[in-house]
Amino acid sequence: MRTLRPTLIGAALLGAALLGAVVTAAPARAQEETEPSVNWSFSGLFGTFDRAAAQRGFQIYNQVCSNCHSLRQAYYRDLIGIGLSAQQVKDLAASKRFPALTEDGQPTDRPGLPSDHFRDPFPNELAARAANGGGLPPDLSVIVKAREGGPDYVYGILTGFIDAPAGFKLMPGLNYNKYFPGHQIAMPQPLRDATVTYIDGTSNALDQEARDVVTFLTYIANPELEERHRMGVKVVLFLLFLTGLSYAVKRKLWANVHH
Amino acid sequence: MVGLFHSDIKNPVLRWIDTRLPILTMVQKEYGVFPTPKNFNYFWAFGGLAMVTLLIMIATGVVLAMAYTPNTTMAFDSVERIMRDVNYGWLLRYAHENGASMFFIVVYVHMFRGLYYGSYKNPRELLWILGVAIFLVMMATAFMGYVLPWGQMSFWAATVITNLFSAIPVVGEPIVQWLWGGFSVGNPTLNRFFSLHYLLPFVLFALVFLHVAALHITGSNNPLGIEPKGPQDTLPFHPYYTVKDSVAICVYFIVFALLVFFFPNYLGHADNYIPANPLLTPPHIVPDWYFLPYYAILRAVPSKLGGVALMFGAVLILFVVPWLDTSKVRSAKFRPIYRVFFWVLVISCVVLGVVGSQQPVGIWVPLGQVATAYYFFHFLLLMPVLGKLERTLPLPESISHAVLGGGPLPNGVAAKPMEKA
Repeated sequence: MRTLRPTLIGAALLGAALLGAVVTAAPARAQEETEPSVNWSFSGLFGTFDRAAAQRGFQIYNQVCSNCHSLRQAYYRDLIGIGLSAQQVKDLAASKRFPALTEDGQPTDRPGLPSDHFRDPFPNELAARAANGGGLPPDLSVIVKAREGGPDYVYGILTGFIDAPAGFKLMPGLNYNKYFPGHQIAMPQPLRDATVTYIDGTSNALDQEARDVVTFLTYIANPELEERHRMGVKVVLFLLFLTGLSYAVKRKLWANVHH
Repeated sequence: MVGLFHSDIKNPVLRWIDTRLPILTMVQKEYGVFPTPKNFNYFWAFGGLAMVTLLIMIATGVVLAMAYTPNTTMAFDSVERIMRDVNYGWLLRYAHENGASMFFIVVYVHMFRGLYYGSYKNPRELLWILGVAIFLVMMATAFMGYVLPWGQMSFWAATVITNLFSAIPVVGEPIVQWLWGGFSVGNPTLNRFFSLHYLLPFVLFALVFLHVAALHITGSNNPLGIEPKGPQDTLPFHPYYTVKDSVAICVYFIVFALLVFFFPNYLGHADNYIPANPLLTPPHIVPDWYFLPYYAILRAVPSKLGGVALMFGAVLILFVVPWLDTSKVRSAKFRPIYRVFFWVLVISCVVLGVVGSQQPVGIWVPLGQVATAYYFFHFLLLMPVLGKLERTLPLPESISHAVLGGGPLPNGVAAKPMEKA
């Protein structure tokens, strides 16, 4: 114990110091209000996507968000991962038209395929800006990874539209959102109670709609999440076993060494 | 010496090889029977952990490079393709990304261990210098790797860091343009960073080889900081330390796996999932966490050249630590005053890291300045002066002597099982 104690204390201090550095290094968010903390199906070590919520979320993306926001990293075939059948995905992709060329090189269009990326709502950035008062609706493929706060932040934005407080100078064409940095957001409130009607009869209150679309967007940003969690559990369990085994071997080997 | 080697290996095929190229005898000598002090604690496993991490980084990196496209219009999308379309691409990419953080954690512990136990002192000065060179190359490699995904932080970190060279009088501007390959960070910059990011790990590998070669000339330091006096003080590296290091590697992999599988983006910055946009500066440009202390030192003085000089000085000063520390006693265990200041140094580095993550306003400015001042005070003033003045504790006669309790054992005690360190 004589030599063990200082070593352990040293290890603990150094570990704590490094951990402290790492934890606090996560940059502080310059936001007046912290977004609500939602209990997501996909969080935690065993988290999986609530399939029904993700499918409802896709319905919202398809009917509402996709009018302005692209999802260009995602494929239609990704929807199989939230429980759509191959035939459903095929029909859905086929309902979208994609630019193509005829055999003699004339511009035309063709039906989409499951292997196509989600179609962009606008042909280019200029068109997108022109249709949105100069603002560019961001691509949503990795939006939950591209914002501090992740899913909670996106949920906060979707539910954070309120009337500007008295005395707040809102620039023309912008909207007030309590969770958006600076509070002035170009996007008008996209979701309200009963913006969509769910085919499965789930309540279409704003809170539910926001949860569903965030679940969908989190899936699109992390399509590997469930496989990653499953593999992680196996890997960590295996490593714990291997640690125990190697530690036992070490103890046995060192048993006769005075050190 | 020319001539065939007289190998002791029995197996005829291996013997045939060993006679012509005694690499097997070398491995046996350097990693088999290599006499290693028997009193290592687990801090001595971190060199091995760093080696393991370097191999993981090279292995994952080589495969990632097969699917990555170093072009400003395609780099971001190619990383997303790796995450979505390449078989286990997400695993490779997250392991590589978090591997960089793990590499720095391990190397920082390894360096602080060296500082605490005086591992840089005669005759291990060159070993230490090679280590600092490894650290420098590692930082360059990590920085260029951070640029490759071509997100907002990639682009703006590249802009900020390369611009540091513009602080150099007269030749600063031409140097920066030479680094960029143009008049701003752009496609030529990305191309060369990718090329160098692929090259430097092999330079690292060569440096690590020299680092280990130098280690095997001097032998390892140990927690007591005294040289082994004979065979009673050492153990053959295999199986004793191969097995002990295996335990450390297993525990290390658990931490690594938790990060990769469950918190893969925790240490990253959200803005790097936004494609690079030269027209839009992020509100708060920060480097990856492992550079934050240096970032704080950079911003500690109001002069650009001064900040740059301090930042590079903070790394370069490590090269001369073997001569700044005048104490003949290696281990801080026997240096009661230095030991306290060692922890002050650790704390000031952590404080610098926190300061680096914050906007340079309010309390963070003086805090960063005090911590920076302490950092340089510690190396430039404290180490030389304290080494001369400090009354060190008496050193044990030998490693095994210290282990056995410092004297001949009284009769009754000897029968008791030895305590394990």
